[in-house]
Amino acid sequence: MKTLYDKLWNGHVVHAESDDPNGMVILYIDRHLVHEVTSPQAFENLKLSGRRPWRTDSILAVADHNVPTTDRSSGISDPISRLQVETLSQNCEEFAITEFKMDDERQGIVHVIGPEQGATLPGMTVVCGDSHTSTHGAFACLAFGIGTSEVEHVLATQCLVARKSKTMLVKVEGNLGQGVTAKDIALAIIGEIGTAGGTGHAIEFAGNAIRSLSMEGRMTLCNMAIEAGARAGMIGVDDVTINYIKGRPFAPRKDLWDRAVTYWRTLKSDEDAVFDHIVELKAENIKPQVTWGTSPEMVTTIDGYVPDPADISDPIKRHNIEHALEYMGLKPGTPIQDIALDKIFIGSCTNSRIEDLRAAAEIVKGKRIAPNIKLAMVVPGSGLVKSMAETEGLDRIFQAAGFEWREPGCSMCLAMNDDKLLPGERCASTSNRNFEGRQGPGGRTHLVSPSMAAAAAISGHFVDVRSFAH
Amino acid sequence: MKKFEQLRGIVAPLDRANIDTDAIIPKQFLKSIKRSGFGQNLFDEWRYLDYGEPGKDAASRQLNPDFILNQSRYQGAKILVTRDNFGCGSSREHAPWALQDYGFAVIIAPSFADIFYNNCFKIGLLPIVLESPVVDRLIRDALTVDGYQLEINLEAQTVMALSGETYWFEVDHFRKHCLLNGLDEIGLTLQHADRIRKFEINRRNEQPWLFL
Ligand code: SF4
Repeated sequence: MKTLYDKLWNGHVVHAESDDPNGMVILYIDRHLVHEVTSPQAFENLKLSGRRPWRTDSILAVADHNVPTTDRSSGISDPISRLQVETLSQNCEEFAITEFKMDDERQGIVHVIGPEQGATLPGMTVVCGDSHTSTHGAFACLAFGIGTSEVEHVLATQCLVARKSKTMLVKVEGNLGQGVTAKDIALAIIGEIGTAGGTGHAIEFAGNAIRSLSMEGRMTLCNMAIEAGARAGMIGVDDVTINYIKGRPFAPRKDLWDRAVTYWRTLKSDEDAVFDHIVELKAENIKPQVTWGTSPEMVTTIDGYVPDPADISDPIKRHNIEHALEYMGLKPGTPIQDIALDKIFIGSCTNSRIEDLRAAAEIVKGKRIAPNIKLAMVVPGSGLVKSMAETEGLDRIFQAAGFEWREPGCSMCLAMNDDKLLPGERCASTSNRNFEGRQGPGGRTHLVSPSMAAAAAISGHFVDVRSFAH
Repeated sequence: MKKFEQLRGIVAPLDRANIDTDAIIPKQFLKSIKRSGFGQNLFDEWRYLDYGEPGKDAASRQLNPDFILNQSRYQGAKILVTRDNFGCGSSREHAPWALQDYGFAVIIAPSFADIFYNNCFKIGLLPIVLESPVVDRLIRDALTVDGYQLEINLEAQTVMALSGETYWFEVDHFRKHCLLNGLDEIGLTLQHADRIRKFEINRRNEQPWLFL
């Protein structure tokens, strides 16, 4: 009667200091993903301490946060960003670590390329100096984000000192309505339990609505587990998982493949497993979601309204909502569909995979973005996603509609490169965080699914994608 | 890591829930490849009226007079008291680095985001969880009593107001031990290098595909 999380955790404990099941243990790490922003100080300290990486073949490195999404032939113009990206390359060269450089077709957002390469496999512990490492849990991995000191710890020891989380089961049963996506499930869950609802927990997503999702959708969902406060999100193995992995560059082959699959099939919670918390949602009740505030829990449905703080009795909550509405420049009671937009961003580790781009392209096909939209951009999650999309002609659909078609990277998800909102600009974004200033200082972010973002681009304001499609 | 000594200091209140790491240290400062110097950009977008960029001299910038940490009574504060879910969002350790570099040694809140909480211990910054009503009182006192101070005793796991009121807090035994003694966690793990190697050999035999 073990949960998937129990199985993954128990399988990686190298040593426990005490008998206390909630005490600290030394946990073995199978896969270490590294990007340019959170690793330089870790490598520096490692070297200063006279240490070396324990197991370089466990590491896969890529620069994604700082890279330009426009023409890259002349390199990175911002000297500080350039130095950070070069520092990653130097560290990788020094220790013979595999790195996908900016001109490599395999380059992309770290959480897109891990699974794409088959470098994320069921049963692994996967870490990265990045909170959205939870994405990889879609493959029945124990995957979570770590800080720079821990990046150094994993480099030096192949282990982390960690403490077991509580478990939460989020069960979504039923059939999703047409036009309702994994992103909407994620936002609906966060709306239900709040951004701190999963704090201290590892979430397992289950139920037939989850089973019916593709790997892309499952990654979107696990990606947002961190936005619900949970460090890790995960989904048990099934045929969808196994079919996705088969034939990928880092995946096992032949005999090893069969052996691996036999083991992977055990990676799900036992029928009678006990969770610390259970949350249940009905798929039929989930509608397309739009955030209106400065935290992902400030979310409502496309047919909803901007809330009125006067209706909230809890003074701290009321204060937070007032603050958020002021920042967002929104009046209480405004219908969500009346909110007009300036920019559209389709991308990020949440929604930049091929399926996301297909869904958005389907909406914009044969149409033009509204005149009030100053910029609509599509930033594929990786070079491989980009080229697949181009083979399918999606780039031409987007460009004909007035979208810009960019090079892969984090881009305007966090605006560390040149892609940012100007103060006061309002954006429909497929990313995962609507924090103040996240997409540029003073910028206003509304989180939505790719098809909702695409429909908003065409209409110039939010619309219900369920009626838009016809 | 530096040892965490017993400490008494001025308390600065930040009366807001869900303060995320983007607010604590905005992304443009994450381009640095150094570990120090983030304090001057702590809460940058709230603290200054102009837009902050790496390399901009803090002395020439315009402070936001409405931001609480800019009030003269909170200068030199070592303890920050704030609301639920502090440090949510990205895993950037730059957030605890910035808080520490600014001068904070202790953060008190009713709850913290997991990664942030964990990161604090790695650098010797102490996050303390106290119940909401207690935090309410601390925030009120820090707002109303000029020069309001608290005394933190990690050994005894207590927060003491100068009036004598004392609140006990919980902290993991191992983390406390590391903090009190300023231990190098990596060194501690490496004491188990043989165990790690053995574990790895077993793993390689059982799941060779993980080592391709
Ligand atoms: S796309 Fe956004 S959330 Fe994802 S890794 Fe990049 S910056 Fe982080």
